[in-house]
Parts: sequence; structure tokens; C-alpha cells
Amino acid sequence: MGKVINIQPITRIEGHAKVAIHLNEEGNVSDTFLHVQALRGFEKFCEGRPVEEMPRIVCHICGICPWAHHLASSKAGDACLGVTVPSAAIKLRRLMQMIAYVGDKLLNFYFLAAPDFVIGPDSDYSVRNVVGIIGAAPDIAKKVVHLRHLTAQILEEFAGRAIHPTFSMPGGVSKPMTEKERKKILVSADELLEFSKFTIGFAKENVFPKYLDAIKSIGVIKVGHIGTVTDDGALDFYDGKLRLMKPDGSFDDFAYDEYLDNIGEHVEPWSYQKFPFAKKWADKPVLDLDNPAGIYRSNCLARINVCDKMATPAAQAELEEFRESFGRPAHLTLLYHYARLIELVQCAESMVQLLHDPEITSPDIRVKVEPKAGRGVGCVEAPRGTLIHDYETDDNGLIKKANIIVGTTHNNAAMNLSVKKTATELIKDGTYDQGILNKVEMAIRAYDP
Amino acid sequence: MAVTVAEEWLNSCSGCEISILNTGDALLDLLPELNFVHIPVLIDHKYFGQTGEKDVMEIPEAVVGIVSGSVRNDEHKHVLEEMRKKTKILIALGSCAAYGGVPSQANMFTNEDIFEKVFRGCPSTDSAPDPDHPNVPKWLDNCKALDEVVKVDITIPGCPPHPELIADAITALLKGETSWSLPERSVCDTCPVIREKKSAGGPVKRCFENLEFNPEEGLDKMRCINEQGFLCLGTVTLAGCAGTAGVPRCVQARTPCRGCFGPIRKGARPMVDMMGAMTSIGLDPKTVVDRRAIMNRYIGGHGNLRPLPARPTRP
Repeated sequence: MGKVINIQPITRIEGHAKVAIHLNEEGNVSDTFLHVQALRGFEKFCEGRPVEEMPRIVCHICGICPWAHHLASSKAGDACLGVTVPSAAIKLRRLMQMIAYVGDKLLNFYFLAAPDFVIGPDSDYSVRNVVGIIGAAPDIAKKVVHLRHLTAQILEEFAGRAIHPTFSMPGGVSKPMTEKERKKILVSADELLEFSKFTIGFAKENVFPKYLDAIKSIGVIKVGHIGTVTDDGALDFYDGKLRLMKPDGSFDDFAYDEYLDNIGEHVEPWSYQKFPFAKKWADKPVLDLDNPAGIYRSNCLARINVCDKMATPAAQAELEEFRESFGRPAHLTLLYHYARLIELVQCAESMVQLLHDPEITSPDIRVKVEPKAGRGVGCVEAPRGTLIHDYETDDNGLIKKANIIVGTTHNNAAMNLSVKKTATELIKDGTYDQGILNKVEMAIRAYDP
Repeated sequence: MAVTVAEEWLNSCSGCEISILNTGDALLDLLPELNFVHIPVLIDHKYFGQTGEKDVMEIPEAVVGIVSGSVRNDEHKHVLEEMRKKTKILIALGSCAAYGGVPSQANMFTNEDIFEKVFRGCPSTDSAPDPDHPNVPKWLDNCKALDEVVKVDITIPGCPPHPELIADAITALLKGETSWSLPERSVCDTCPVIREKKSAGGPVKRCFENLEFNPEEGLDKMRCINEQGFLCLGTVTLAGCAGTAGVPRCVQARTPCRGCFGPIRKGARPMVDMMGAMTSIGLDPKTVVDRRAIMNRYIGGHGNLRPLPARPTRP
């Protein structure tokens, strides 16, 4: 038996994982595993909790996308209790989501991903990080730190908390927005929109062209895609229908509460993270590089593949340019970084649009709810992909059952495939170095797990 | 000379790390003073060497060690023990590290029940045996705070801790201090709402409706949340969530406190104290729905939460 190369921990991602690359006696890759070591058991310990408390419990699943969990949970609660949420409350939920996502996408691009591209994938690890970025591009870095802070400040000043929010609940949100608050936030929002447009321009000019070879080679796989679209096919982060696209670009649309007919989760003994798969394509996910089956991806690249169009004008122009170069669906894994910036533009534009909507300052933001037995599937697009919260309540409005599929989990099989692909191509005859192993990690980082 | 820092996250959500990044401009001032030798969220230092060539886990020595997250499995325990060995001043960052945090709600259930649910009881999951592999760490008997495993020097509580507190604690260490703590004040001590020391009485209201307030007016014109009849844990919760100034974060959102900064002092019994406080304003604490879980939401470590024995079946 040959040796095993362990990469642990996987770094500049937002979770806990290790990669094991198994080599045969000739020193070539025989198999690879992305082992996810974290398990907390939310599905169990949410049982018995009051449904109106859930949005402020499950946000703790992720400190990077707490708003996604917060809102998916609120929507599941709305559905369990059978309430119609006032339109202004939905707009405020959407607005908070967009502000949080702008901050998140800036964080991912500049702090987590950029070191590989700006400092270089083969450079020494001691400089291939955010401190290196500050050294290499101090003015931009200062601006990023400032603007990320600004998104957190807006959320805190208006909604109390940037991380682990309490603002949204079944039936609506906890407070309306005053005209004074709206005006103040709008000033910051305009600044964030301008910087978002700058960021994608900067990346297209200075970052992506240099690494076109890497983009065309690292972790490339051809699998399906999932995302949320509106009835007219536009990408939406808060509500719509799910679209599951096959690798050839054909697709099926279905309502959130039909997810069990379309998505299954497989368990492997070597990872705590489950492996969601498209039930109608295969009986289980097949992690075979030549013949993958049942596997689809989530997160930004998947979303911009499944949507017919972006929801806002500048983002739509970016999508058209992207599709001219890379087609639909685009399969190159590192294009996740490009897709994320197209989404950044939509989030920033939507944020500004919502702030110009006269209804955003309506005082009609919560309906009183009554406890009752029911079931509700709440779904939003989290930064990392389609997020599903499925609750069942008893007569007293306490959770009887909870099933949760988080965005990153959808990508588990695809990330494993991308790792296998990258390692197999780059490690030959037992030869590898830290730069090669970092490229294996870049195949994971693209998915921003 | 910059101070060396090693950072790790265990059973965590990354919120504490995002809070570090949310220090904003203060971050840029602090960064040159800090020499991060290990921090998985930002820097690619590996446990077993950069090409995985070593057999033993190694975290570089550092003056300051920061650990977020609770201790859930044997690998967390191993990493935490290595951090303790390699760092002079160990900081527990956030309420998971300090008290167990929200993931320690799991302590109300047995590990068997949790695994049964996750791997064989979810409608989308193809029923399967529990994962069992050398690279999948085994769970400990429960979810623990850091000081249940190693000695902790400084605790920065909060879910997440406010960025200003993180900057404040680190600045103190840079000045040569070896300890840092928050003053023993309650959230109520920093909350500007109107208090009349009585409520309308009756059962405690659930958050099925919003608080009564005028959005055009500040919190100083809003009636205390407990006195409005809802459960708010401000009375028994350590102040600090809004940083060095400002009003409590959840109250700013016009929602009640759920105790994310933990008890005001070590050894306090927040659940008992809270029930007393409610009684004193005419609320019946026995009517709080899901009382044990809600009052221990962030503090389920230290044996505060454990599985209840099965209820005897009534004849």
C-alpha cells in the first residue's frame, strides 16, 4: 500500500475539514476523501423548542450566514402557523439579507480567496493571506475592512445584531424602519454599490485574466446545479421555486415543499457531512470522476447557471458578459469566484432598490400569530447555496420534527469530486509540494464551504 | 515587537472569527502589533507540516492563544490541549468556549438519540449507520466549555462577543496586562427602558406579537420587556453585548435578551434568580414555555443541561 497525504486543517474556509489523498505504490492518486469532522445535532436539539424562538436559535448554525438561517427559519415558522406576512416585513427581511450578503461576499473575495490569486497559489503560506493582501494592496484592503465593518454597523444599528440576529420571527419582523433610518442607510448603501461595481471590474481586469489557465484546469467537473428562481426565471435569494439543472443544461422546477421528492441525502462512513443528491437522476451519489451520477452543485456558480437572468440591470449586464465567455451552464470550478462577484452586484443593487421602495418604511410589519400544529418548509438561498428548513409543530407551537439541509452540504459530493480531480491531475509519481497541495485546497475554497 | 498569536475554532459557527474581522478600522491598527502564527480561517498553517509530512499535530508556540467554540469531540479536546501547551495566555472567545453555547443545548439529549435522529431519523436522509472512520472524530460524552478540559486565563463571553471587547482585551494584553474581564453588571444596568417594578401579571407572553413601542422614539420611552409581560433575561445576564457603550443589542432590535453573555458572575444561578425576578414583578415564572432550554440557551455546559430521566408513564 502507498502513502496517505493529509492536509489538515483545510484553511481559509469557514468550517472544519481535512483532505486525505491516498497514493498507490507508484505514487499516483488512488483515491481522495474530504472528511468533514463537525457535527452538532441541531435537528435533534431543536425538538421541543417554541417555533417563534427558532429563528434566533438556528442562526447559530453559521456565524457567517446567520441571516440566511434566520430567514429560512422564519419562513418555515410562517408556514407552520399559516400566516401571511405583511409585504413591508418581507421587504425588510430581504433588505437585511442583502446587506449581510454584500458583507459576506466582500469577505470571501478579498480575505479568503484573493490571497491565492493576488499573492499567488504557490507562494509561501506565511504571506499567502489577508496580511499579505494588506501589504500588496493597502488602499483597497483598507477600503474593504471599512466597508465590511459598515455592513455590520448598519445591521447592528437598525436590527440590533449583525451576527445571530433576532429581527425576524414568524409573522414578520420586530420593528419598522423610520424615514430617518432609511435615509442614513441609503448613504452607506450607495457607497457599497459603487464599491461592488468596482470590485467586479477590478477582478475582471487584474485578477481573473492572469489565472485563466488555473481556472480552466483546477477541479473542473461536469455535474448539475441547483438554485432559486422567480416565476419569470430571475435569480432570487429570498423566495421563488427551486430549479435543478442537469449537467447538459436541461432542468426541472419544483416548489420548496416538494424537495423530498427531488433531493435525497446519502451517508458515507468517512464524513459527518451528508451527501445530498438528485433523487430522480440516481439512487445515490456516485463519486466517480469519469461517470459521476446524481451530483449537483449549489452556491453562486450554480445559481447563475440555473437562472434565466439576474434580477437587476448591472448584474444582468455582467451575466451576459460571463455567458458570452463561458456559456450556460458554466462548469469550471474556479468560476465560482467570478459568479460570486456577479451576485455581489445584484445584492448591492437590490439593497439600494429596496431602500427606494416607499413601502420599506411602512409600520405594518408583523401579524400576531397563534400556536398551532402544522408543517412548513422555509427555503432561502444562503451565500453557500440552497438552504432548507423543514419544521413540524404541535398544537402548542413547539417543534416536533426539524429537518435542515444547509447550502454547503449540497456541495459535499461536488467538492469531493473536485478534490479528486485536482489531486489526480497534479500529483504524479509521488511528486508534490505545498503549492500543489494548496491548489487542491483552492478547488475546495472555490465552493466557499 | 509584535505579539505572537495562535487562534483555533472548535465546535463553533465562525461567528466569533467574523466578529474579530468586524473590529473594522481598529483591526487595521491592531494587525501590525499581532503576529498570527496559526489561525485556520485566515492563514494556511497546517497541523502536520505544510505537506502533511509529520506524524504529530503541531501548533506553533505563541504568547496569546485564542480559542472559540465548545469541546464536542476528541479532536477538539486534542487541539485545545495542544493550544494550552503552546500558548502562555489562553483566551476563551465567545459563549461556546465560555459556557458551552447554543450547541450545548444538545446536552438535553443522549448522544445515541442525537445520532439516531441525524443519521436515521431525517426524512431526506437514507438511513445509515453512524459514520465510523479514523478521520471522523468520536464525540465526547457531552458538549463542554473550555475550562471543563483545560485552564483558561481570560474569558471574552458573548454570542458573538462584541468586536470592541475583543479589541479592548487584546489591547490590554499588548500593554502587558495578563488579565482582562468585564465589570459585573447586568444587561438591565445598561438598558435605558422605563421600569415601574410591576407588570400586568398573568402568564408570561410568548413572542407571538411584537413589543409595544413607538418606533420614532428611543428605547428610553419604551416600557421594560419583562414588565410588558415577556421573558427577557437581561436581569441575570452579564452586560457587554453592545460593546463599551450603546444599548443591549437584542433590545435595540426591540426583542428580548436571551442571555448570550452568560451569568453576571461565576457561580451565579441565573435560572433561579430569573424566576425570583419575575415573581417580584407579578409574573408567574412557571408559565414560561420551554423554561429549562430557554434559560440555559447559551450555558448548557458545566452540567447545567443534561438528559432528563424518562417520564414515568401514567397508569
